[in-house]
Amino acid sequence: MMRRGTRFGSLENYEKGGVQVIDDDPRNYAFSNIFEVASRAEPYEKVAVGKNLKYVLEAVRAEGSSPWYSASHDEAAIVMDGEVEIRLVKLKQELVAEDHEGTTMLEGNPQGVKMGYIVARRGHMALLPKGAAYQFHAARPAVILLQTIQGDLTVQKWKEICEK
Amino acid sequence: MAEEQTTNEYGYRSFAVGGFKFARDEYFAHIAWPGGTHTMPADAFLRALMRDISWSFFYGVVNFDQVFGTTNHYGDVDVFAGLYNAGYCAQNKQHCENFKTEEVRPVFEAMLDDWTNEDFDPFAAPEETGNPFGPKRGNNRAAINRKRLVANRMTGMKADIPLRSDAAGNAVNRQFADVPQDQPEIHAEPGFEDEVHAFNFFAYVSRSDVTWNPSVCSAVKDSQVCATTEEFILPIIHGNDRVEWFVQLSDEIHWDIQDRDTGAPRARVVMKAGDVAAMPADIRHQGYSPKRSMLLVWENNDATLPELYANKKLKPNPVDF
Repeated sequence: MMRRGTRFGSLENYEKGGVQVIDDDPRNYAFSNIFEVASRAEPYEKVAVGKNLKYVLEAVRAEGSSPWYSASHDEAAIVMDGEVEIRLVKLKQELVAEDHEGTTMLEGNPQGVKMGYIVARRGHMALLPKGAAYQFHAARPAVILLQTIQGDLTVQKWKEICEK
Repeated sequence: MAEEQTTNEYGYRSFAVGGFKFARDEYFAHIAWPGGTHTMPADAFLRALMRDISWSFFYGVVNFDQVFGTTNHYGDVDVFAGLYNAGYCAQNKQHCENFKTEEVRPVFEAMLDDWTNEDFDPFAAPEETGNPFGPKRGNNRAAINRKRLVANRMTGMKADIPLRSDAAGNAVNRQFADVPQDQPEIHAEPGFEDEVHAFNFFAYVSRSDVTWNPSVCSAVKDSQVCATTEEFILPIIHGNDRVEWFVQLSDEIHWDIQDRDTGAPRARVVMKAGDVAAMPADIRHQGYSPKRSMLLVWENNDATLPELYANKKLKPNPVDF
């Protein structure tokens, strides 16, 4: 008998589980699905799907080119679906204050030295290093899970995305 | 005080720490304390003991089953029987002793070393390991002394946790044979080779030879993305001392959620690929993974959190809506 293959989700094809309450409030589990959230999001809208005090995991629908971003700390991007190009520039001068956490959107193109670029596909994790500016580009809709800190751009719409 | 006793008729040593005494025979681990005794299947006991030691008593409560376990206070450890069991507590039959970590850890390590037979790997899925039962047959020190992997910034970076490969002895697991092993394209300009970094996270996870054993793959200050492969049953019932989050990366896991302190059932959470769920700070959970699956466990490593949750300065649920 053949074993069942490994099942990953995608924008086009995902199944959602759920919370079966015995004696609880399902909202305690803030249950959502990354692909469902991304399928309903605007390109590069940073929707929190996990929040642990100041830290967040954001689901991001990558489509076309994003603005340029930077942060005062490392961030990590996991491509959950599709293919994403990540362009990196070492900033000539730090544009985000050390004590300002979360992702900051930069105005226009960043001034600095090109560090290079990464082409990442499903399952790949990329570093968005502290002190760098970065831009995402996806020719077709893709999904990123971003490990970062709650910031100016974090969108919290738990009531819309979570099981109630 | 810790003490060791003589070898029994099955070849196994007995152990003691404080008032707790531990012995095993061909099938079972036997635990005794002033006022009570408890019996667990040897394989279940060793699988739980393996995680408890490997994680240095982990975050919060490690219930080996509904009776016996440990609570980590990060420097000292409670060893308990019945403390998180409503029936025991209702009859005042619970027993708990506190030890310095350096006092209890060597006893547990020696017990795991002595009680693990040569063909049994407590970290492996049942289908991938040998027989834990019977009289003592050698040991399996290679299996029980694996080092926990904790990335400082990100796995695969220079001077950080190395990537896994065939050459390094990390074969793709039999249940992840269909997981793509391609690597991201990295085009680094000269001088930036160490900072332009990416790796195939799913491929890395597919090469894990252990189950239910999270390793830290990326860190943003105290935010830790941990990856783990899950198959069969989580060998402990983990009682939270803070909120943690799960992201199901592949396949599915079914979670039984109970009240952390009483064990009363609260919910079942079924997670499929792409699902995200919080585990509140006042629950205990045990997972069932019918096929080997990939789970992202997201932790907040802030050392001040257990006290803040215990003192109710933080709510047990992560978000209100």
